[in-house]
Amino acid sequence: MSDITKQSLSELVENIKCKKLSSSEVTKAFVERSEKSKELNAYITEDYANALNKAKKFDEKPNLDLKLPGIPMAVKDLFCTRDLRTTAGSKILNNFVPTYESTVTQNIWNEGAILMGKLNCDEFAMGSSNETSFFGNVQNPIDKNLVPGGSSGGSSSAVAAQLTPITIGTDTGGSIRQPASFTGTVGLKPTYGSCSRYGIVAFASSLDQAGPMAQNVKDCTLLQEVISTYDEKDSTSIDFKRNEYSKELTKDIKGKKIGIPKEYRVDGMPKEIEDLWKKGIEYAKDCGAEIIDISLPHTNYALPAYYIVAPAEASSNLARYDGVKYGFRAEGENLIDMYEKTRSEGFGAEVQRRIMIGTYVLSSGYYDAYYLKAQKVRKLIKNDFDEAYKKVDAILTPSTPSSAFKIGEKTNDPVSMYLNDIFTVPVNLAGLPGISIPAGHDAKGYPLGLQIIGKAFDEQNILNIAYAMEEKINFKNNITDWWVK
Amino acid sequence: MSKNKSEYLINRHDNQYEVVIGLEVHAQVTSESKLFSTSATKFGAEPNTQVSLVDAAFPGMLPVINEYCVKQAIKTGIGLKAKINKRSVFDRKNYFYADLPQGYQISQFKDPIVGEGKVILDMPDGQKEVGIERLHLEQDAGKSIHDLDPKNTFVDLNRSGVALMEIVSKPDLRSPDEVNAYIKKLRSIMRYLGTCDGNMQEGSLRADVNVSVRKKGSKDFGTRCEIKNVNSIKFMQMAIEYEANRQVDLIEDGQTIDQETRLFDTKKNETRSMRSKEDAHDYRYFPDPDLLPLEVSDDFIENLKSEIPELPDEKKKRFIEKFKLSPYEANILVSDIETSNYFENVIKKSDVKLATNWIIGELFAALNEKNLEITESPISAGNLSKLINLIKDGTISGKIAKTVFEQMMEGDKDPKKIVEEKGLKQESDPKALEALIVKVIDDNRDKATEYKSGKVKLFGFFVGQVMKVSGGKANPQLVNEILKKKL
Repeated sequence: MSDITKQSLSELVENIKCKKLSSSEVTKAFVERSEKSKELNAYITEDYANALNKAKKFDEKPNLDLKLPGIPMAVKDLFCTRDLRTTAGSKILNNFVPTYESTVTQNIWNEGAILMGKLNCDEFAMGSSNETSFFGNVQNPIDKNLVPGGSSGGSSSAVAAQLTPITIGTDTGGSIRQPASFTGTVGLKPTYGSCSRYGIVAFASSLDQAGPMAQNVKDCTLLQEVISTYDEKDSTSIDFKRNEYSKELTKDIKGKKIGIPKEYRVDGMPKEIEDLWKKGIEYAKDCGAEIIDISLPHTNYALPAYYIVAPAEASSNLARYDGVKYGFRAEGENLIDMYEKTRSEGFGAEVQRRIMIGTYVLSSGYYDAYYLKAQKVRKLIKNDFDEAYKKVDAILTPSTPSSAFKIGEKTNDPVSMYLNDIFTVPVNLAGLPGISIPAGHDAKGYPLGLQIIGKAFDEQNILNIAYAMEEKINFKNNITDWWVK
Repeated sequence: MSKNKSEYLINRHDNQYEVVIGLEVHAQVTSESKLFSTSATKFGAEPNTQVSLVDAAFPGMLPVINEYCVKQAIKTGIGLKAKINKRSVFDRKNYFYADLPQGYQISQFKDPIVGEGKVILDMPDGQKEVGIERLHLEQDAGKSIHDLDPKNTFVDLNRSGVALMEIVSKPDLRSPDEVNAYIKKLRSIMRYLGTCDGNMQEGSLRADVNVSVRKKGSKDFGTRCEIKNVNSIKFMQMAIEYEANRQVDLIEDGQTIDQETRLFDTKKNETRSMRSKEDAHDYRYFPDPDLLPLEVSDDFIENLKSEIPELPDEKKKRFIEKFKLSPYEANILVSDIETSNYFENVIKKSDVKLATNWIIGELFAALNEKNLEITESPISAGNLSKLINLIKDGTISGKIAKTVFEQMMEGDKDPKKIVEEKGLKQESDPKALEALIVKVIDDNRDKATEYKSGKVKLFGFFVGQVMKVSGGKANPQLVNEILKKKL
């Protein structure tokens, strides 16, 4: 069967289940395409030989009742994978091989999927363009000069370029949704507490959440169903009744009330984004949804609050990378000297910047003015959403304030880079689920995404809305395989 | 303020100084596993054999609270008559050190699990109440070993993540003796509760001591210095004495005291500066986002209350009321749970008064001599009880009992058997005694005549002779009676 890599996850699962394809055939196809696609720099660590072996083993005794039977998959290099190097995109973990497996990836392997390798990402997931990775930037398959978004840039690039049928990323302030938007793919950030954080290299613990990235909503739904489990090993994991999302997926969203928050019409937003949003509203209406204007008054404060809370937690989370126990160590005259050299050489500029910001905002004398105030803002933002959800079932916004930007365009302007998260960050601060779906192109032909934000634990609802709108939008990605060698 | 003679004051020239002491006690929670991981906590294990991925802070590892440790902390709070906070929060205390794998210690800063409580001390001149400020749960750090290699420091993470209770007293202590009593009482309460074994040698109980001085009568506190990690009561007392005198000397010399952290050098018997207030760490405390606030229900607390055993203060009251012990005796017997258990086992089947005397007197002296704890006593409570009954029912005299006791100390033998085997049974047969007495009088005719002519003091001589001839086995009471008649 030709064009295996062009098939969606759902098609591949179906073909394997009815034995039209073997896991080996599928795995080989994606491995070969990945090997031909080195130019994208989507992978940090490849594990192709093992993947092919596992596929062979799967075919010898296939368990076709599994949800991801023999499906090959590469994952973001923030998930710890047993016996396979896990770097978090950082020099400081360049040689780190975990002896353990993250709960989310374990859930995936338990359903029969096969690991192909680890995908590039911004260093410790700190970035919006995948340019902070120690392993170099990643190219967007849409255009070689474009960033794929970040921090899950290797993941978005790999899915869009069909190097992996599906993947997982992590989203702390938009790191799944923004790259999905930049690459014309679908990305879901689940409710905080839906997916276990156990075994995921931490960036900002109160915001980090793993989620699926796919070429369409249906695939995304199936993967969410697999990865979302209650986990006693993560104290912030929540034991709620999880739907069988893929079974309950429906395009019938008649009568759903969808809110349009006026505060998301930010100054300087390109007309293209405004137009996309209007189009999105029309699509939603076409699907039978009711559109309601709402207000989220504290939206403006979300980004500053985020850039206090996230670095504060990061500054503490990253203290463990000190050269003492594992990972990179620079020699020093004494303990302090070793710390300084290890961390100066081991961390890149953006990570160091955020560690410094975080250390500053937690310092005695500044804690109340920054960290405590940011936590209060966070509460207000959550209250805004709670108020809004008394009137609506979901909220529709653009995913990003622009399409993908050029590599190097924002590297010297961190604030402009941070502004890219303006629509996604409030969702993390409130712990809500949000999905980005491709909804159109800008004048340059670059993809643009729409974000649907749901109530906590109401993934099913936003998946349904996304599923219904996806059909109306009928998006087609313009990918020419320019990088394939 | 007490005006009693045991008041501890430092005199310099015409000035009298009072010492103000507050303690931060770090008590290791008795628990099979650590505060946030399932690693074992056994003392003395090979280095780095009780370390999980969580304890070593591997990437992506997350803490999960050990419910048992929470229960232990709440029980301790109940034992300290303290307010139990139904909602408490774990914070991160951030600092870098080689034996602190996470780069932060998980502790409780603003919202501890236990609030204000109190401890009652029995001092020679009466009771004294010491306020407890708070008790919070926290992780222990690992151990840095600097002396095994000239260039490298070795790190043992076995202790990393072990649960500690930090118990902070109010600055209510006024003398080294009170500190001694306070630590012992705290340890006693926790040992009764089974929440901390109180073993200072193994580091299960350590303390930071805050010391300041002020002129007698002053209401304001002086500037305090904190003496870190003193690991025996004796050293604590020495450190306080040194530190208080150092501070008084500075004041008398017109100098000011710097608020600082000091170390006690046990070899030189002095404290020296470790770091000043300016150099103090900025720990950047903030709530640990990996852990939700800890919430416990009223039922949870009530259930734990029902598990609390009788504590030393209550036990003492009962011993005094029920067994008519003196406060002194009761204090000694309740001071640790093993002693009180031993005592209560002995008196199950024997006389309370005799048991009290024998335990506090003979047994303690004998154990002391052999440097044994009551739990290691060669004489079981059951056998001591039998010995006391042998005295009580007149089978043996008190004097013989001491001989029997000595033999029992060599190995836990049934005193009845010793008495039988060695023929130590008291002679209480009046006829046999009479024969013995008649013979003694016959052998000492001259003395008997003197006695009859009024030299009554010689009665003692005859008693002694009878006891000697009987090999100490004659029943002294009967000997007295019969002798009087026969003489």
